Amino acid sequence: MNVSLIDLREKSHWVWRETLAVHRRAPETRLASSLSSIEIFVALYYGGVLRFDPAQPLAEHRDRCIISKGHGSICMYPILADLGYFPIEELQRVCQVGSFLGGIPDPVIPGYETVNGSLGHGLGVATGMALGLKRKGSDRSVFVVSGDGELHEGANWEAIMFASQHKLDNLHLIIDDNRISMLGYTDDIVSHGSLLERLSAFGWDCLEVDGHDVLAVQAALLTMKASCAGKPKALIAGTLKGRGVPGLENAPLSHIMNPKPELIDSLLEQNP
Amino acid sequence: MSVKALAMRDVLLDRIWQAMATDQKIFFVSADFGSPILDKIRADFPERFVNVGIAEQNLINVSAGLALEGYTVFAYAIAPFITMRCYEQIRVSLALLSEVRPMNVNLIGVGAGYSYVVSGPTHQCYEDITLMRALPNFKVLSPSDHVCAGRLFDRCVGAMGPKYLRLDAQVLPVLYLADTPDMDAGFHIHRRGERVCLVATGYMLHSALKVAEKLAMAGHSVGVIDLFDIADFSADRLQAALSSYAGIVTLEEGFRGRGGVDAMLFEFIARRGLAARMLNIGVEGAYRFELGSREELHEQVGIGPEFILKSVTTFIQSLPK
Repeated sequence: MNVSLIDLREKSHWVWRETLAVHRRAPETRLASSLSSIEIFVALYYGGVLRFDPAQPLAEHRDRCIISKGHGSICMYPILADLGYFPIEELQRVCQVGSFLGGIPDPVIPGYETVNGSLGHGLGVATGMALGLKRKGSDRSVFVVSGDGELHEGANWEAIMFASQHKLDNLHLIIDDNRISMLGYTDDIVSHGSLLERLSAFGWDCLEVDGHDVLAVQAALLTMKASCAGKPKALIAGTLKGRGVPGLENAPLSHIMNPKPELIDSLLEQNP
Repeated sequence: MSVKALAMRDVLLDRIWQAMATDQKIFFVSADFGSPILDKIRADFPERFVNVGIAEQNLINVSAGLALEGYTVFAYAIAPFITMRCYEQIRVSLALLSEVRPMNVNLIGVGAGYSYVVSGPTHQCYEDITLMRALPNFKVLSPSDHVCAGRLFDRCVGAMGPKYLRLDAQVLPVLYLADTPDMDAGFHIHRRGERVCLVATGYMLHSALKVAEKLAMAGHSVGVIDLFDIADFSADRLQAALSSYAGIVTLEEGFRGRGGVDAMLFEFIARRGLAARMLNIGVEGAYRFELGSREELHEQVGIGPEFILKSVTTFIQSLPK
């Protein structure tokens, strides 16, 4: 597949539809948090940002992409299938006996690097990978996709301090800043205030972007990747949890809400 | 024996330092914990040494990331902190991830049992055997002197997978010659006895040998086995070593009845159909704040040589003739 010719907005729409369809068949999957991160993953995988090889998912020459908000990445199932990591028919079997595509993705899925069902582990492991790549003299990059709620886990901040200390400018953190965790708005639970200010104070180079403007996300990621100024880099992507689904979008309890099958059917019909 | 006793960690770290000169894949990660030998590693291999600071969760995560990039990683901290402060990181990114990825991470925990004698229960460690043996894919290595500790290096670099090494913080007398123990067996027979065998690990091997000596003077010949590979010993060979005994006594510097070496051997003799009865010597399950020498503390919590001698004597008398 020649990704340079792909219309990222069309692809994002296709992934949105496929993610809804997967959830329609497998309501155990987390829908709302998988809808906020679609454009981030589309920009990473189709926007010329990541170097990857579906035939050899763990090849040395790949850029590493750690999907730390594991349960909120069901949109990666259609993306990985579309890119050839596994047959597209597997999308019909999500959460079924014998499938490797579970309600929370595990590293038995080609394309998933590490264990992320439990939150707050991805960034620390990614920092070790980024340090290892530097010491090996490799020019490969490490990307981590995390949620803002996940940043409540303190281990992230140990990694954030470590990454700037060691000038890991091959490390990129993308925060799907949908501002909702399981029980409500993160600002009402433990507010991060301005993540841009916080991460900048920790010695990171930061950018903010509209996380649903896929072309803006792509441009920001390419800019970040090209800059190697001795600092780790963060992209704070403002997003909406449950985007495009009435009743779900930006609802404080969207994490645990499942839209009715009839609603999904009518959304798919109205948005071909 | 004329060999000078050394600290376990100094001998193991010296082996690592020597190997780092030729093996470019060895990486050493510390959670702000040192030793004179570690200073040599820091000075000579600054590119493959990193101090993550007082941050054990990140110690494990960074080690996992380095291992995924192909490094053989040694991670180093005080025993209770490198196990319990970061247990979920260990579970998720070492035990679980090594199920599907080749990884070699060796956690070196210094301060087994009461070896930080006056530091109190935060720095002492009575739970680590239970916790670490609960994790599939993990090896749990518990040496009793510096010779055994040094030889564990070969086991660390020679096999993939995550491992936990629980090292004593004190210098303990030397029990092994360079060519013993047999690392593949995972245990070593120090004495052969008639009806009862003491199975000890770490510091408690020293207590077991003292008690066995006294029992011998009282006319009881008991066996003594050092179990230094707690999760991955040769089961057939241990069964053969234990099969002739009517009684087995476990000795560990960890909580009694909470899933440590005692539980492991209970399961082992049940699974293997051995008829032996069992006595367990371990720390009574409470946190204590008294100060004293290690021997005094051991007597207070039910693992001192006097207490063991009395308990084993009673145990021998209770066994059917």
